Amino acid sequence: MNFLRVGASATMLAALPTLLAPPDAFAHGFAGDRFFPATLLTDDPFVADEMSLPTFTINPPGSDGSREFDLGADISKRLTPDLGVTISDRWEHLRPAGMPSVSGLGTLDTQLDWQFFKNGPHEATAMVGVDTSWGHTGRVQALGADDFTTVSPLLDFGKGFGDLPDGLPWLRPFAITGNLSADFPTKSESNGNPNPNNFNYGFAFEYSLPYLQQNVKDIGLPDPFRWMIPLVEASFSTALNRGQGGRTVGTIQPGVIWSGPYFQIGAEAIIPATRQTGHGYGAIVQLHFYLDDILPNSFGRPLFGD
Amino acid sequence: MKRIASFGAFLALSLAPPAACAHAFLDHAIPAVGGAVATAPKEVRMYFTQPLEPAFSGATLRGADGRTIATGAATVDRQNPMELVIKLPPLPAGHYKVEWQVVSVDTHRTEGSFAFDVGP
Repeated sequence: MNFLRVGASATMLAALPTLLAPPDAFAHGFAGDRFFPATLLTDDPFVADEMSLPTFTINPPGSDGSREFDLGADISKRLTPDLGVTISDRWEHLRPAGMPSVSGLGTLDTQLDWQFFKNGPHEATAMVGVDTSWGHTGRVQALGADDFTTVSPLLDFGKGFGDLPDGLPWLRPFAITGNLSADFPTKSESNGNPNPNNFNYGFAFEYSLPYLQQNVKDIGLPDPFRWMIPLVEASFSTALNRGQGGRTVGTIQPGVIWSGPYFQIGAEAIIPATRQTGHGYGAIVQLHFYLDDILPNSFGRPLFGD
Repeated sequence: MKRIASFGAFLALSLAPPAACAHAFLDHAIPAVGGAVATAPKEVRMYFTQPLEPAFSGATLRGADGRTIATGAATVDRQNPMELVIKLPPLPAGHYKVEWQVVSVDTHRTEGSFAFDVGP
């Protein structure tokens, strides 16, 4: 295709300054041999130029019998190779039990992250950041979107187990990522309901079939399975005060991510992990684009310092 | 409808194997990743998912004790820019590890490693 030839030539010209020096910007979620995919429930422990569009969620029925469907989007942009921002929002459709359905925007969310640690040989990465849910950016009255801003400092980490001894080959494709954060709402109550401080914690356990094929043992997996990463995610939020202390909501989400050259597709079941979370099952499907691969010489690069 | 067709074309292009850019991942290697060969290979051939930038792509061979083994310089095949080759000296039976690092033509860097065994 001419488009590709022209694109490749332009790419090479634009890339010359970078090629004159050994490149060191991995983008994506790399730590040494390990590629961490973008997870659906929990936060990724790396900064990147990526976009989720769309994320479609069928939430489990609420404890009051209501149903909610969400159509979300987020975009992440590196400011420098280690500093990035993410903006996300979603369109919510709520079906309260015995009442008319309502739709509208949820709360706008932004996040500033600094990836302060990366260790290639041990496939480890860590990031700190601040997530902010902005009050009055969603449909407050009808959908219950926040009428207050919440600031949440966070710590994300990832660890691949490729550094295990050669005698444990089948365990080396395993990896774990995790999140720890605390919510600080700027308003103690809304319409008589308390807005407690929360402690949030989540994990993703991944078994990378690409890692198995490329680094451990070529077992001849055919497409598309050789690019799949089965995983189980779990995320919880425990209220700490304001009469809600100890109340925990959370979900466990088994699923799979297929990762290709330009995008990944993820699908997970949603299983409520506590009685307060709801009952029944839900599902989430996400199409996630690697902008650093799609637009490697423009939007897909850090704004500064690459 | 036109937008849907364009999006469909984009998806089809993305799903197709080796495209013009993106990160280069190891597709397969000879000797195979984690494999065993009865006789010592004269070279290691690594096939990637993207074309490589020869100036910044290379590989190192290590023995079971972790020491580097001198090999020929890693070269990108002229006929197939997605193929990286290193010529090997005569290798005794043993366990070997290949550590590669490559840069795809759009400057994305990736690295990896795999082992193979030589011997009966």
